[in-house]
Amino acid sequence: MTGLENWTIAVPEIFLAAAAMILLLVGVMRREGAATLVAWLSVASLVVAIGLVCAAPAGTGLGGQFASNEFGAFMKVLILIGSALSIIMSRSYLQRENVWRFEYPVLILLATTGMMMMVSANDLIALYLGLELQSLALYVIAAFQRDTVRSSEAGLKYFVLGALSSGMLLYGASLVYGFAGTTSFPALARVFAGGDPALGAVVGLVFVIAGLAFKVSAVPFHMWTPDVYEGAPTPVTALFSVAPKIAAISLFVSVMVGPFRELLQQWQQILVLVSVASMALGAFAAIGQNNIKRLMAYSSIGHVGYILLGLAAGTEDGVRGILLYVAIYMVMNLGTFAVILSMRRHNAMVENISDLAGLSRSQPLMALALAIFMFSMAGIPPLAGFFGKLYVFMAAVNAGLVIPAVIGVLASVVSAYYYLRIIKVAYFDQQAETFDRPLGRDMAIVMGGSAVLLSGFLVFLGPALNAVEGAAAVLFR
Amino acid sequence: MSSWPVLSLVTFLPLLGAGIIFCITGRKEMVARNARWAALWVSLFTFAASLILWLEFDASTAEFQFVEKAEWIPGFNVYYHMGVDGISMFFVLLSTFLTPICVLASWKAIETRVKEYMIAFLVLETLMVGMFCALDLVLFYVFFEGVLIPMFLIIGVWGGARRVYAAFKFFLYTLAGSVLMLLAIIYLYAQAGTTDWGGVAALQLPLAAQIPLWLAFFASFAVKVPMWPVHTWLPDAHVEAPTAGSVILAGVLLKMGAYGFLRFSLPIMPLASEFFAPLVFVLSCVAVVYTSLVALAQEDMKKLIAYSSVAHMGFVTIGIFTFNTQGLQGAIYQMLSHGIVSAALFLCVGVVYDRIHSREIARYGGLVHRMPKYALVFMVFTLASVGLPGLSGFVGEILVLVGAYKANTWVALFATTGLILGAAYALWLYRRVIFGELVREDLKSILDLDRREIAIFAPLIVMTVWMGVYPVSFLDVIAPSVERLIFNYEAAIGGVKAAALAVGR
Repeated sequence: MTGLENWTIAVPEIFLAAAAMILLLVGVMRREGAATLVAWLSVASLVVAIGLVCAAPAGTGLGGQFASNEFGAFMKVLILIGSALSIIMSRSYLQRENVWRFEYPVLILLATTGMMMMVSANDLIALYLGLELQSLALYVIAAFQRDTVRSSEAGLKYFVLGALSSGMLLYGASLVYGFAGTTSFPALARVFAGGDPALGAVVGLVFVIAGLAFKVSAVPFHMWTPDVYEGAPTPVTALFSVAPKIAAISLFVSVMVGPFRELLQQWQQILVLVSVASMALGAFAAIGQNNIKRLMAYSSIGHVGYILLGLAAGTEDGVRGILLYVAIYMVMNLGTFAVILSMRRHNAMVENISDLAGLSRSQPLMALALAIFMFSMAGIPPLAGFFGKLYVFMAAVNAGLVIPAVIGVLASVVSAYYYLRIIKVAYFDQQAETFDRPLGRDMAIVMGGSAVLLSGFLVFLGPALNAVEGAAAVLFR
Repeated sequence: MSSWPVLSLVTFLPLLGAGIIFCITGRKEMVARNARWAALWVSLFTFAASLILWLEFDASTAEFQFVEKAEWIPGFNVYYHMGVDGISMFFVLLSTFLTPICVLASWKAIETRVKEYMIAFLVLETLMVGMFCALDLVLFYVFFEGVLIPMFLIIGVWGGARRVYAAFKFFLYTLAGSVLMLLAIIYLYAQAGTTDWGGVAALQLPLAAQIPLWLAFFASFAVKVPMWPVHTWLPDAHVEAPTAGSVILAGVLLKMGAYGFLRFSLPIMPLASEFFAPLVFVLSCVAVVYTSLVALAQEDMKKLIAYSSVAHMGFVTIGIFTFNTQGLQGAIYQMLSHGIVSAALFLCVGVVYDRIHSREIARYGGLVHRMPKYALVFMVFTLASVGLPGLSGFVGEILVLVGAYKANTWVALFATTGLILGAAYALWLYRRVIFGELVREDLKSILDLDRREIAIFAPLIVMTVWMGVYPVSFLDVIAPSVERLIFNYEAAIGGVKAAALAVGR
């Protein structure tokens, strides 16, 4: 055994890693003005990677460390789309701030490689490697606007707290290894299927959950999120709210229903609590926010709560709901951040919700798109966000989690309040100064595309559910 | 039966029109003008299309007609299932009838963002019609809840001074009720394996399971109706909404809750409906008496009519939960009548509001001297609201009272008290606004109804008189569906009683 058997299943990751290194060289060679070229090449590599992911065969390989399946492919495609769009959306912002360097897209490529490894990890060690590759690249990106205090602070905060969470995860993993004697997911599943788990392994599981909850920013490990979201450059926030979150959720799902499925009894109650707390905090804490990036941070905490409710169900239905929710969440978030990135006056970004006042008069189409995103996030039919919530709640009710579901829907009413507030500012309030025009074409496309996808979701529902069904079934085979 | 998908046509034609209006560009005044005309034509055409439903409706059967059924979410047994029976058909017509009137009523009153306004109204029409046609629980919920979006914008953007407060209150109140219904729908789906209405209605759950479900549906419908004590959003929403918004709110949106009782609570949860009927009676009686008294004390015309709506809808809920032919037919008739009469009353308020920009009752008086036509129109609708025989309000009220008397004498007593109070506040309002001395300076030059306004009121008066003089043309259509509803309800109750007897032996 060379450890390289069946390596073809990792072709997308290998390709991305190679592309990142080559593009680094290109950037170094070209020096001046390389950033735009590298950025477009990075986007191209991400697009190629999407094709490779779709073509990659399913299976396990590389010494059992790496598994590729439909579930992973679904998540990877979402991650790749999220990363590619983040790079595209970053350009105009970073150019204006004079930090448009070729390292930026390369770092995103490296982070994306890490995320894809997280998704495909089939072993606690591989999981950790992917996680760290992703995190290290992201720490740098968070502090990319290094001349501003806020960005550096965000980077530092993200680093310190991220390192702490990695430590917890590692500690948990070592406990699990100590009591189960293996780090491989399938082997762990076999061990736990054998009967009562050792107490130490359960303690390890709790630590692993704590580490993962950190990465998805679920309550009570959410404190870093608002600060990092607010401090990081806005396009980086857009990236953070999408790709790494999807990767972490995917990891959460595959760890919980993979090796630890037999311990459902033990982790279900933890997840229910985490989920309910996240939904409630996301709903209540966002009400008082004035900065739209901070508001989005709390909103994302709330969304994670709903997603974890689906996971807490521990059923195939639940995973299906999660997949649908994650895909819709990504579209809503990218669209909203395209709006936020278009909020600038006299060439400077503005970030307060009150700056949106009267948007519907000055830029009616942008206001319409924003209204669609907000109604969708609030989960009002017939927009897409409703269906994400519907399937998650369906899974929860079917799994007997009625009380958490009731709390969840009530939290969604509370959160509707602050989403409505944004619409209120944009539609009902007196006009403030207009934003700079023209809208970047990149932003307009992302906004328009997301808005169409979300409002026409009734039509796409069938195909979307088919894709989701296949991906979810794989985990429960 | 025609092979055309008439229901989908009626439902989505306004949406198509909204899409067309969305594409209108050009100078501001031109856009506004074109948007108005486009909206008027689209809504008139939709109304014409919906008349096909009535013309081709087979009144001899209680089955759903014009049925369209297609798999919507494959593998989940969620269908795009549309159909109307005698209960829902007239509500579809009511919606399509009131929309062109609303467009006309907003012709001059709405001057800002006319294009967006017309889009919102047409989208609203699509959602309302779709809601009355949907025969799948998820589809129903999508339409039911979707109504909030355009209504929120209509109140919030084009409303009065406290519009933001009213819009938020309306949205959050209704949403809070609806999400519980969503959970109940999910639970029903888990039990039945489908969200199709027929499949769910065949479930026959035990009483213990029906009670929480009924309460969840009740939370949603009671807010919509609105029943006392969750009616407080209504006066705010009515007062702040533009005239046409009030018209749709009173005319159609309030019927959504009562329609929900008829379509879902009674057939799917008959045992719990019987169990909770006393609760509904108590709440409705309180609503009828209390809100009538509150209406007497109002100084704002719109608020007064809003409270009278709560009282009238109290009659409707009483009628529904009598579970007998007269009560149910009366409730449906009362809803249709109220849909037209209260809409017309709000339009009457709108007429003077457009001229004087005040809704305060004390601000007016003696209008009969300057506005004889207006006084006549206002009188017709005031008397229809009071329940004068020969006008539409009477038929529904007498049927409900007969039904209530059969079910429970006390309920009938309180309901009749409400009727007297209703006459008091409605006639007193009329007296204060129309009669008396014309003292205010600005009222001395007030103009009577113009041609556009006459065109708005004429069809409403025709309908009011028609419904009052010849109710058979409506009741014949409603009757078979009501009979089936009662038959199924009694079968369910009887089945349980027989089973209990058998166990007892």
